[in-house]
Amino acid sequence: MTETALPTTAHGTADSTAATEPATCPHSAPRNAPLVAPDTAGPAPEHPRYPLARAAGCPFDPPAELAGLREHEPFSRVRVWDGTPAWLVTRYQDQRAILTDSRFSADATRPGFPTQSPGIAARRRSGNPLPFITMDDPDHNRVRRMFTSYFSVKRARALVPRLNEIIDGLLDDMERAGAPVDLVSTFALPLPSLVIAEILGVPREDQHLFQSRSRVLISMNSTANETMEAMEELGSYLGDLIDAKVTDPQDDLISQVAVDHMLTGGTTRARLVQDAMLLLIAGHETTTNMIALGTLALMRNPAQLKAVRDAEDPAAVAGAVEELLRYLTIVHTGRRRLATEDVEISGQLIRAGEGVILSNDSANRDATVFDDPDELDITRPNARRHLAFGQGTHQCLGQNLARQELQLAYPALLRRFPGLRPAVEEEAIRYKHDAVVYGVYELPVAW
Amino acid sequence: MHIEIDQDRCCAAGQCVLAADDIFDQRDEDGVVVLLDHVPDNADALARAQEAAGLCPAGAIDVKD
Ligand code: HEM
Ligand code: SF4
Repeated sequence: MTETALPTTAHGTADSTAATEPATCPHSAPRNAPLVAPDTAGPAPEHPRYPLARAAGCPFDPPAELAGLREHEPFSRVRVWDGTPAWLVTRYQDQRAILTDSRFSADATRPGFPTQSPGIAARRRSGNPLPFITMDDPDHNRVRRMFTSYFSVKRARALVPRLNEIIDGLLDDMERAGAPVDLVSTFALPLPSLVIAEILGVPREDQHLFQSRSRVLISMNSTANETMEAMEELGSYLGDLIDAKVTDPQDDLISQVAVDHMLTGGTTRARLVQDAMLLLIAGHETTTNMIALGTLALMRNPAQLKAVRDAEDPAAVAGAVEELLRYLTIVHTGRRRLATEDVEISGQLIRAGEGVILSNDSANRDATVFDDPDELDITRPNARRHLAFGQGTHQCLGQNLARQELQLAYPALLRRFPGLRPAVEEEAIRYKHDAVVYGVYELPVAW
Repeated sequence: MHIEIDQDRCCAAGQCVLAADDIFDQRDEDGVVVLLDHVPDNADALARAQEAAGLCPAGAIDVKD
């Protein structure tokens, strides 16, 4: 979709934003040559390093090579940071098949598992209980169900008044501060941080601690030591918090899970620490980046920004949120699994003990599922088939909370500041290429 | 329309409720899928139930005409 002939608005949004719109990002030409040289005599070929880099000037597009791989080599060989080889699986249907197949394990402590980073590898080998994101069924689902009641569709809907209250307060602060402000630190980060902290029962004044520690935990550049230190700090904080909640239970997730499941032997303190850490980190890093990057994507597509801002039908906003989730796929370094048996997927044999990386950013641009997949189209009818929340039994636990936050946050922000626009040139925006969750480090905006 | 749900497989993602909240609900205690008592039985409901089955990440929903 090209955004020419923009309707001007009373506030001049379309005009001012159009000026900053970059030239269309060229999508990669399909690659015909196989990625890896045929296996001939001589030294083993060096597999390309995953994650691949995004093309310069295309901050919203997955690495350009993925399109060619999807077309010509849907199962290719790559290696991760420590040289561990893995199959890179780029097609939508193959990813769905693998993520819903119990012969693939999410247990990152298995030998040969293609881990995300030195820090994550160190955490997984630390001897601490594994958080449930890296456990397999049936144990995984047993643990997951201790938390699921807090993240149902009904619970998310019941939070709407409180979410609106938090959103309005933050927008008031932004307005008072006056342009330009950094959208990330004033709005995108505090909203989900406050929300997940309230659900868990983490005091507001301790937000800074978990925000700074989790930034270390999700950076792919953090060393094993830095990661372990951040994990120990956050872990000891959460351990103390659990103890306090057991003594004096409140109406919050940590109190209730501690009383209902820890004191009854269903989980241990050490495991609850890890699971609470997972919820705390997953609960704010992701939504934060969706708010900021999604707002930037809309500012680059003024007609669609206007449609979200002026939508009267909540279903239209819900559809826009699904499309932004698909288009941006911020959890951009692939789901990781390991085959526990020999498995054949679409004619490709994956042997027991081999790792697989499912690049959901690639699946979400698969033209066999999504028409014109490289276009942002907030009216796309099947956007919600996206794999941005993963697929299978590990599909995002917080998805309904995230949807609810995003469905309220974008329109509220755009209505409060109808002339919202970036306050810096595109070149000055720093993207999170080095984090497990993609986004922008800061986003100065004016209105 | 005949719908079968598998509560053991369900991972409480809530996709079914988003697709058809007049057919599916989530149990209060653990978010696991339940079928509502009186579900509409018409072409529109069938289409939405099938959409829910297609979206369900756990393969916990089976819909027959
Ligand atoms: C837009 C925001 C979000 C995105 C894009 C997102 C994405 C994802 C993805 C892709 C997975 C699958 C991981 C895998 O299969 O390896 C996942 C799992 C998870 N997410 Fe989210 N997430 C978001 C928001 C949230 C929120 C708000 C929470 C709050 C609690 C949350 C908690 C979790 C948890 C606990 C898991 C692990 C589930 C399991 O292993 O059973 N996420 N998320
Ligand atoms: S979509 Fe599937 S996994 Fe999710 S609540 Fe419904 S039945 Fe359970």
